[in-house]
Amino acid sequence: MTAIRLRINGAAVADDVPPRLSLADFLRERCNLTGTHLGCEHGVCGACTVLVDGEPARSCLMLAVACDERGIETIEGFAGDPVMAALRRNFHQHHALQCGYCTPAMLITARDLILRRRAASEREIRDGLGGNICRCTGYTNIVTAISEAAKEASDA
Amino acid sequence: MKAPTVDYVRPRSLAEAVDLLARSGGEGRVLAGGQSLIAMMNLRLASPGLLIDIARLPELTGASDDADAVTLGACITHAAIEDGRMPDPSRGLMPRVAASLAYRAIRNRGTIGGSLALSDPAAEWPAVLTALDAEVAVRGPNGQRSLKCAGFTTGIFETQLAPEEIIESVRIPKLSVDARWGYVKLCRKAGEFANALAVAIAERGRGHCRVVLGVANGAPLVLDQTSQLISNGGRDDLRSAVVADLDRASDRHFDEFQCNLHTAAAMRAVQQVLQ
Repeated sequence: MTAIRLRINGAAVADDVPPRLSLADFLRERCNLTGTHLGCEHGVCGACTVLVDGEPARSCLMLAVACDERGIETIEGFAGDPVMAALRRNFHQHHALQCGYCTPAMLITARDLILRRRAASEREIRDGLGGNICRCTGYTNIVTAISEAAKEASDA
Repeated sequence: MKAPTVDYVRPRSLAEAVDLLARSGGEGRVLAGGQSLIAMMNLRLASPGLLIDIARLPELTGASDDADAVTLGACITHAAIEDGRMPDPSRGLMPRVAASLAYRAIRNRGTIGGSLALSDPAAEWPAVLTALDAEVAVRGPNGQRSLKCAGFTTGIFETQLAPEEIIESVRIPKLSVDARWGYVKLCRKAGEFANALAVAIAERGRGHCRVVLGVANGAPLVLDQTSQLISNGGRDDLRSAVVADLDRASDRHFDEFQCNLHTAAAMRAVQQVLQ
């Protein structure tokens, strides 16, 4: 067991973890933050994407011990974040989810694309979503929702 | 699946990391970005006894820029290169390569040194750094040594790195103003591992022209005849030069499909240079 201290969605968290525990399992099993989903557990599907020190990362490919002294944001966070609010509204409005399994990570990835100004065209959005697999929607409505949210963000 | 049981340590210096690795009795693996290693552990393809986490060592996360080269710390991420947060010796080639590599969430954590150390045959950096004539500095218990990236990767997941050595930095000569580069990655989906990968550098002033293939069933493959062709400014015999280079590489056992992909990638990369 190794002692770690980190911030999750702004709150200080301290725990003892076995080194093999992934950040994803730490969030889900220890912190009860089950909005972070696990699909492939080898970095391909993107369902477990969270923010680590403000940048999207695969929580299945990070060990909780390696997140000592880092800041994590999960889909349960983002309270008051205007880009996330616009994305949530547009995902709802454009029916950009069916089963919802990929959605938390889609939102976190889309927010990063918008903030890095990589959501100006359908091509850019589709390239940027290459690492997030959705098996329901065919992506069309997801791309539309992100595109609309990006327009709102640039108008704001 | 979940990673197997492992111990973890986060040393405070590179010297301490080298010492821990040397004393681990072969059980230690160096953890940089972990974007391949943790995946391999989750798939139970790797089960080290001890992870030595070097990702945040200040010695490995900085860059220096001198007159004729840029030195990048081993733990600089692909995203930092993509965003131009590091000095670029390559006149845009390295940011372009970084942007083509996996997905942003992977690029935020994966490192240039980690990519070289693993030397996945489908990885971008071993081929690109070979083309740029870069050198890799490695540190072991007996101090530092420097190796050409061309030759550093010796085979599929095989390098000249000794078991107790850690990559410290990569030194990349600066391309001159008149240099040109070409880069082609063939894959069916953005961010996938390449099916074919070609890098071409033409720097006639310095006499450095080199065309390199990745995904070459082994170490990056330097296409000598094609490189010579660029050096001479020729273009008419491009296809036959590439085909001759591939024929000579009979030890790589390319099948017909791979030969076609490699030929297409190499020709397109060279055409970018000759435009």
